[in-house]
Amino acid sequence: MAEKKDTQVKKVAIICAKASLEDVYAALVMANGAVMEGMEAKVFFTFFGLDAITKKHMNKLHTATVGNPGMRMPGGLPFPTLLGAIPGVEAGVSSMMRKQMDQLDIPPVDEFLDMITAGGGEIFACKLAVDMFKLKKEDLSDHVIDIITIGEFYAMAGGEGSQIIFT
Amino acid sequence: MAQKTIAGVNLEVTEDGYLEDPTKWNEEIAKEIAKEEGIELTDKHFEVIKFIRENAESGLTIRKVGKSGIVDIKGFYELFPGGPLKISSKIAGIKKPTSCV
Repeated sequence: MAEKKDTQVKKVAIICAKASLEDVYAALVMANGAVMEGMEAKVFFTFFGLDAITKKHMNKLHTATVGNPGMRMPGGLPFPTLLGAIPGVEAGVSSMMRKQMDQLDIPPVDEFLDMITAGGGEIFACKLAVDMFKLKKEDLSDHVIDIITIGEFYAMAGGEGSQIIFT
Repeated sequence: MAQKTIAGVNLEVTEDGYLEDPTKWNEEIAKEIAKEEGIELTDKHFEVIKFIRENAESGLTIRKVGKSGIVDIKGFYELFPGGPLKISSKIAGIKKPTSCV
């Protein structure tokens, strides 16, 4: 049993800067896990992480089949880098992973954002990155509350028992 | 493990208050646990609790409850504020959920 005298985590501010399936899902699972436990959760998507909240890309995220030492063939053999470079392989592997996740009741990105926001979690986009990728508010998912600067995000990340997490 | 008297019944509960034996559960016990959580149970709560008890063995998730047709996820959070899956499981007299989603 955990010691109760520790200060409990009451709020998490999560920053996601990458677009790979695993980085985005790490952020989403942590955010959803927080609201499930009755904590406050805010997620800030920046740089390539914006893919996770861009309507066009959000449900088609990939995991890297090249340069990913954790990638293995079904059965556990190493995944040859050259195989991962063949067109379509990354898409196939990623779609297989998404299917397996669905079986564990891990939803697609848009539905996951539905769940997080239904629990009171808040989603933000980074202004600098939105400008850099020449995106507009309407390119982003409706879950996004606002496009803000990192300074504004920090301003709402404070308080006793709050933590900032970077994936 | 601890003993606790809930609604006049002496029950074995875990350290964080979940019933050890789901078969000992009844609606009066549910009402009393809910009161400790600050929740006044309505018919809607009981519909959700029924679903949770019936699906306790299948690995419950918030997503499954949201797809039950009884309540959507937002409604589930409103019925059991501050951790719907955990709190509803406690009131429903089943084991503490182990799901991360």
